[in-house]
Amino acid sequence: MTDVTERVDRQAEPLPPDLGPVALARWAWRQLTSMRTALILLFLLALAAVPGSVVPQEGVDPQRVARWKTDHASLTPIYEKLGLFDVYASPWFAAIYVLLTISLVGCILPRTKVYWRAARAQPPSAPRRLERLPEHRVFEVPDDEGTFLERARRVVGKDFGYRVRGDDAAGVVSAERGYMREAGNLIFHLAILVVLVGFAWGALLGFKGGVIVVTGDGFSNSVSQYDDFDPGALFSAGSLKPFTVDVKKFDVRFITKGRGAGSAQKFVADLGVRSSPTAAETDTRIRVNKPLNVDGTKVFLIGHGYAPHITVRDGEGNVVTPKSTVFLPESADFRSFGVVKAADALPEQIGLEGEFYPTYAFTQATGPFSAYPDAKNPAISMLAYEGDLGLDSGDPQSVYSLDKKGLKPIRDADGKPLRIDLPMGATKQLPDGLGSVTFDGLSRFVRLQVSSTPGTGVALGGTILALIGLCGSLFIRPRRVWLRTRREGDRTIVTLAGLDRSSGGDLAGALDRLQRELDPAAATAGTSGEREEST
Amino acid sequence: MSHDQFEVLSNQAVAACAFVYFLVFLSHLAAWVTRPREVAAATPAAVSTGTAGGVAVADPPAQDTVGGGSDRADLWKRIAVSLTVVAAVIHLLALVTRGLAADPVRVPWSNMYEFTLTATWVVVALFLVTYKRFKLAWLAPVLSVFVLVVLMVDVLFLYEPVVPLRDALQSPWLVIHVLAAITATGAFTMGGICSALYLVKDRSQTKHGTARGWLASIPSLDALDRLAYRWHAFSFPVWTFAALIAGPIWAEYAWGRYWGWDPKEVWAFITWVVYAGYLHARATAGWKGRRAAIVALVGLATLWFNFVGINFFFGAGSQHSYAAELIVRSVGG
Repeated sequence: MTDVTERVDRQAEPLPPDLGPVALARWAWRQLTSMRTALILLFLLALAAVPGSVVPQEGVDPQRVARWKTDHASLTPIYEKLGLFDVYASPWFAAIYVLLTISLVGCILPRTKVYWRAARAQPPSAPRRLERLPEHRVFEVPDDEGTFLERARRVVGKDFGYRVRGDDAAGVVSAERGYMREAGNLIFHLAILVVLVGFAWGALLGFKGGVIVVTGDGFSNSVSQYDDFDPGALFSAGSLKPFTVDVKKFDVRFITKGRGAGSAQKFVADLGVRSSPTAAETDTRIRVNKPLNVDGTKVFLIGHGYAPHITVRDGEGNVVTPKSTVFLPESADFRSFGVVKAADALPEQIGLEGEFYPTYAFTQATGPFSAYPDAKNPAISMLAYEGDLGLDSGDPQSVYSLDKKGLKPIRDADGKPLRIDLPMGATKQLPDGLGSVTFDGLSRFVRLQVSSTPGTGVALGGTILALIGLCGSLFIRPRRVWLRTRREGDRTIVTLAGLDRSSGGDLAGALDRLQRELDPAAATAGTSGEREEST
Repeated sequence: MSHDQFEVLSNQAVAACAFVYFLVFLSHLAAWVTRPREVAAATPAAVSTGTAGGVAVADPPAQDTVGGGSDRADLWKRIAVSLTVVAAVIHLLALVTRGLAADPVRVPWSNMYEFTLTATWVVVALFLVTYKRFKLAWLAPVLSVFVLVVLMVDVLFLYEPVVPLRDALQSPWLVIHVLAAITATGAFTMGGICSALYLVKDRSQTKHGTARGWLASIPSLDALDRLAYRWHAFSFPVWTFAALIAGPIWAEYAWGRYWGWDPKEVWAFITWVVYAGYLHARATAGWKGRRAAIVALVGLATLWFNFVGINFFFGAGSQHSYAAELIVRSVGG
């Protein structure tokens, strides 16, 4: 990275002098692109990322956000103003990374220019008195000066990979290596820009949608089919690939014995996929960690649960519910919560709300619970309501909750709210000729996440490039070595010295190795001449 | 041997290696007690002239003079190093048998207990590998106590019986991503220990003018600072790979997004940014010594918080929480 001294003058500028707008802009640019500002922005970025891990995020888990908002009514408006429910898309977070990016560009451009020249520059010529450098060796060689210098140039340049100065004075060799360190540094910073481009591309043009599909059903890839849909800012619905997916079968295997019993081990969904409505259907199979890829759109299996077949017959004996109802799992043993809305029931609309237990069990202490996640003894336990479901009011309503404003509990003969506890296959009559409820059967559902994130390859490539550049900038050590020879009588005395331009290198070791190559006596004796130890 | 027997063996090996780490510490204590007096008296002077002259002393002066009449201390030190190797081998045995205890056999880092067990081993292994090169004899007592304490916490609070691998974790990326994260965590921890010792020694020197007692026997501030930098320079690329390359690739396969601002991802990012700031400050602003050490410790704090804090405090909100069944959470919300 750049020498400290080069930066100091840029950092140490005082407050803006009383100058015109051009000078002021220049001053601001210099402040922004200074190393100190970059450092402050970097730490600010780390700090600004924190709230997003503490406050539930819209983009991560919208349901938790909704719950949090109901629990903290007074804080919610303040948090909303601050954008705390969507930190990573908030203006203040964007401000930090945009400034950081500008600072980055403002830093790379001039340095690339400097490096462009420096990378092709000759190594600086040797200082006059090499003995003054803290790390140096003095030794004697049998060759005459000309032969030795020729050999030294070859050893330093070819064998040790240094760049050797071409126009050295007589009796001098100047060499330098580690030119790629700054290149690595620049590549690292450029690669960060590449990652940002890839990330932004995906965030702007991509989408992520979730859909729950009961086995036997299917869905087609259009916005209206999704339960939740999170498009990028520049996403257009027309870019959705027109594929359809049928969920034919879903297998989940639970561990039945030993420790870990009850935890799921394998989920497999068998799908029939058409890449367009007219295309032939192909069978495929997806699992956790093994998504389906249709023309760049990926379909992931991210969850599953139960959809009991709860049939409501109204007072006139008509079936007024769909075949199955999705119940959302609430715990690892798949106790699930769901709502049945019979809007067409006559004389009154009927609503059911309650729980499904795949393996129903009951104790006095706990009440009903599910003893096992697999469907060994399925049962439902629900409360029934009659009245107005509120579906005609025009307000959007969740299919997983009951709006009880216009509803009143159906009561049994004792006047208590009527509880409908049914094992699979059983029916319960509702009082007052309202109809009946039957628990007919059971299906499973899968939760699929469908997403398309363009630019993933760009982001990945950028990160790998950044890592390569980073390693270069950390582990390549710029080093200069110099040699001077002089004749004393018929002896050739060599002074070898080196200078590290980064800390942490083993300069002494490098000079020792170099000396061993150049000085046959040192190689055989294993000792060096005059040597001062320093690291 | 059956899987259950392997599990018992693993637990016993953990206890055994913890005991040997304790013996390592005792040996270092014995080496300290039997150290030659005159060397102890000369040490502070040697350090202060060393730094004043601008010549860094990479190894503790006590070590240089070990030959002169400190045979017993020298012997104790050799015993300590040998015992460390023994402890590391037993520790490794604990890891291997932990993996063999699962049915089917798997890598021993699928929950916090196993992660900590492996990470402490990585710390010891890094120590032994660099023992000669970085002349780390002085670090051994600190390290043995540190590893011992972490192992105790691990066994007392984090222990979990062996269970089969969940579906979500059955991926080659479990090996690549988590192993890289463990290695980086171990190496960052080594760097953090050096930075912490720097701050302690620095404080003691400002207070008393010169470091005293044991602090006098550890390397100079300059050498500590450089050693800390080397550890961080090694860890940072590894962390970059673990958190920003391997992690996102796996997340793309498992969850359909390579970066989703999940709390664990947020804190991995924060850790990365703080350590990037550390390296950046050293390289361009010339931060060294105290300020750099403080940034390094902030980085280590975020790293450990990410490991401990996210799993315990943000459990329900993180897909990386290994307390709850992942697949349920993503449906139930």
